[in-house]
Amino acid sequence: MKAAVIVFPGSNCDRDVAVALEASMGAKPLMVWHRDTQLPDLDLIVVPGGFSYGDYLRCGAMAAHSPIMREVKAKAEAGTRVLGICNGFQILTETGLLPGVLMRNRNLKFICKDVHLRVENGDTDFTRAYGAGHIVRFPIAHAEGNYFTDAETFRAMEGNGQVAFRYCSRTGAVGEAANPNGSLSNVAGIYNATKTVLGLMPHPERLAEDLLGGSDGKKMFDSLVEALT
Amino acid sequence: MSTITPEIIASHGIKPDEYAKILDILGREPNLTELGIFSVMWSEHCSYKSSKKWLKTLPTKAPWVICGPGENAGVIDIGDGQAVIFKMESHNHPSFIEPYQGAATGVGGILRDVFTMGARPIANMNALRFGDPAHPKTRHLVAGVVAGIGGYGNCVGVPTVGGETNFHPSYNGNILVNAMTVGLADKDRIFYSAAAGIGNPVVYFGSKTGRDGIHGATMASAEFDEKSDEKRPTVQVGDPFTEKLLIEACLELMATDAIVAIQDMGAAGLTSSSFEMASKGGLGIEMDLDSVPMREDGMSAYEIMLSESQERMLMVLKPGREAQAKAIMDKWELDFAVVGHLTDTGRMVLKRHGAVVADLPIDPLALASPEYDRPWTAPAKRKVIDARDVKVVCPAEALKTMLGCPDLASKRWIYEQYDHMVMGDTVGRPGGDAAVVRVHGTRKAVAITTDVTPRYVLADPYEGGRQAVAEAYRNLSAVGALPMAITDNLNFGNPEKPEIMGQIVEAIRGMGQACRELDFPVVSGNVSLYNETQGAAILPTPAVGGIGLLEDVAKAVGIAFQEPGSAIVLIGETKGWLGASLYLREICGSEDGAPPPVALHRERRAGELVRQLIGDGQVLACHDVSDGGLLVAVAEMAMASDGHMGALLDAPSSVPLHAWCFGEDQGRYVLEVRNDDLAAVLEEAVEHDTAIRVIGKTGGHVISVGGRAVPVHELVQANESWLPAYMGAEMSGH
Repeated sequence: MKAAVIVFPGSNCDRDVAVALEASMGAKPLMVWHRDTQLPDLDLIVVPGGFSYGDYLRCGAMAAHSPIMREVKAKAEAGTRVLGICNGFQILTETGLLPGVLMRNRNLKFICKDVHLRVENGDTDFTRAYGAGHIVRFPIAHAEGNYFTDAETFRAMEGNGQVAFRYCSRTGAVGEAANPNGSLSNVAGIYNATKTVLGLMPHPERLAEDLLGGSDGKKMFDSLVEALT
Repeated sequence: MSTITPEIIASHGIKPDEYAKILDILGREPNLTELGIFSVMWSEHCSYKSSKKWLKTLPTKAPWVICGPGENAGVIDIGDGQAVIFKMESHNHPSFIEPYQGAATGVGGILRDVFTMGARPIANMNALRFGDPAHPKTRHLVAGVVAGIGGYGNCVGVPTVGGETNFHPSYNGNILVNAMTVGLADKDRIFYSAAAGIGNPVVYFGSKTGRDGIHGATMASAEFDEKSDEKRPTVQVGDPFTEKLLIEACLELMATDAIVAIQDMGAAGLTSSSFEMASKGGLGIEMDLDSVPMREDGMSAYEIMLSESQERMLMVLKPGREAQAKAIMDKWELDFAVVGHLTDTGRMVLKRHGAVVADLPIDPLALASPEYDRPWTAPAKRKVIDARDVKVVCPAEALKTMLGCPDLASKRWIYEQYDHMVMGDTVGRPGGDAAVVRVHGTRKAVAITTDVTPRYVLADPYEGGRQAVAEAYRNLSAVGALPMAITDNLNFGNPEKPEIMGQIVEAIRGMGQACRELDFPVVSGNVSLYNETQGAAILPTPAVGGIGLLEDVAKAVGIAFQEPGSAIVLIGETKGWLGASLYLREICGSEDGAPPPVALHRERRAGELVRQLIGDGQVLACHDVSDGGLLVAVAEMAMASDGHMGALLDAPSSVPLHAWCFGEDQGRYVLEVRNDDLAAVLEEAVEHDTAIRVIGKTGGHVISVGGRAVPVHELVQANESWLPAYMGAEMSGH
């Protein structure tokens, strides 16, 4: 698998996801600066977490207009797999690669903690190692992760298997009590229509090693390596 | 230039005898710019004039110390060619005025102190003290400070891995915000601030200079009246995004060999950075202030030199390297300007609009700042409280009450607003004895803690100073880390009062003794004095930030009970010391009594024992015994466990039960040990000549002692609910 990680000024999970990718794929991913305009042939593009351009405008709004994102969008439209984590998810919604928006958390605060997620669609290149209904534990770390889209769009997304992960309890119950940020229908991550682009607020790369308290995240990278090698 | 009147001198905080010294140094009257420079260079903050005499008595050396106090931060050797660089610093006053920006810029400032020396910051900590929760400002201050620390640290992408938060009415008018940064560097790539090479370019980079943070006291002076609005000082505003760029740009530039010396612009901005670099190198600097990147038009030399705009750096480059450095700053979209060059004159010559606006000798300003030997009186010794004279209440009820009190209540509401996992190396998260952060790409880890028990320091500054250091030593040992060195952040009231000066002197004496006996030197620090409102001082709060090293991160242990049926072992002696304890304060409503004494030789032996047992893999969980005593420590281990595992305790009859449960005797640890390992553990304790006792076993879902029991989930409820409920009453909206 050939992978690249896009680096914006203000990205701060670029190294973390590169470490997790390397552990699964056995080679270092290419790190691509935001001013670049070309990408080589790739199997996976990762848009990492952080505070691109400081997120002083709406989160991800500036990054969505950076030179490299035009190329990312073209590659995504041609079928290259794209994974957006946290700020990366926000950027993908801002570019229009994924539907909906991410609003301020319901409590208006930054939240950093482990959450449980239910794998809603376990049959994509990102989640095949889990399978549907599997419960995973990933950390969240965001102030704007409250997913929203209009009812009609959401119905279509659900019908098309585009909900990737939902926040749930330790035992898998999806409900208000397990919703950390007020997301519509407990949505933690979504796909595009063809399931080739995944955006999620939780950080799989942060629990991809037992020493750090868990390795549920590693299977996402393992899935991708399995599917794209 | 203005005439310097006694009012202008006084408004700069310069005493008449200090002004006489200025006249003597210059052989003439200073102009206003020069006076402003003197005032910040000789301020308590920059010159340590009240504390210097005593700070010199602290031990600062050890074979593993690469750089002690005097540089931007302390540096220690962690082996394999690597070094850890760290410091703690206060941002108390600005945080009280404007909690969000005050705390945020506090984090920004301490980060710069660390990456200026060539380190990538790998962890932030903070020690916070707020006033009485019932005080009308407290909630607003907690909300603002926590949001500010999170807002800055989260964006910069450095994990905030722990800290401590206390509440006490003495902080009602003077909260304390002490921030600490730990960084990692290659031992042979450490950058210092001493300028060298006559003619070398002096380069400014980072953010532009604005009118923020300029010494406010001067604004009452006559010639500022006509434009007073325009020149009114504003609170410094932090820009964590620029700081992130600055970190990356600095580290990229530091990977080249272009830099001769580098210094961040912290307190007193361009003034202190330029003077320090020149003074350390024994050289002069000539600067053209017209080339300083400025945010607004019409700034005077005075304003440029005294601005405390954030995210700015000053460096000396090797000749001819300007283009190389500028290319890196351009990549990161940071301002870059050659603002001067080094001279052999030993003088600071500043030009503005083509005219010399200041011409000052450097060493007399930087080195000959006043040093006071202020009168001091040691506080009267308090009487030792006999536990038999202290009210007895049901231990289960008392435990629940104490776990829900503001000082012991869970601080989850705070640390969940801090990104404590970014960088992917946080092994020991907030809530334990010490944070554990892996050294990236290795099996090693750094353990980090901040500690001080202000009520002990008030009760007896000497014992309290010793205790602060000992507790840091204990917290590091409790995760299995070898304590290496500390940074200190000494927060006190007005040193011109002999009783406050007595607290400072005695606390430093106690800290120094503990550091010596525990081989735990002080490598950096900061002093914050005059923390008083309407004549009432804060509790003396000499915060200690301790660093320890784990050779194998996989061996670190946490506080959570692991297995039912294992033995609970207490290391250290228990006499049931209730003086100055939390039990006395929270249950009996008294803050009286002498604090528990620290026996440093026993402290050291107990620490060595615990580290050895952890290193040998014989410890399932470990927690030091501190605030609230033994029963609180055991309860915290139960509350942290998966599924709220309980403990059945067996109290000895030799100590009154309430004193055994809640006494704050020092030098103690609670260990969870497998029954199979118990004999070996007890034997090892004998070898280390350290008191040890099996006090119960894990299991069930209650904490049971002296025939009373309380369910762990009720304790969790009491412990977790106080802070969210308190903060939940905050006014909605921001």
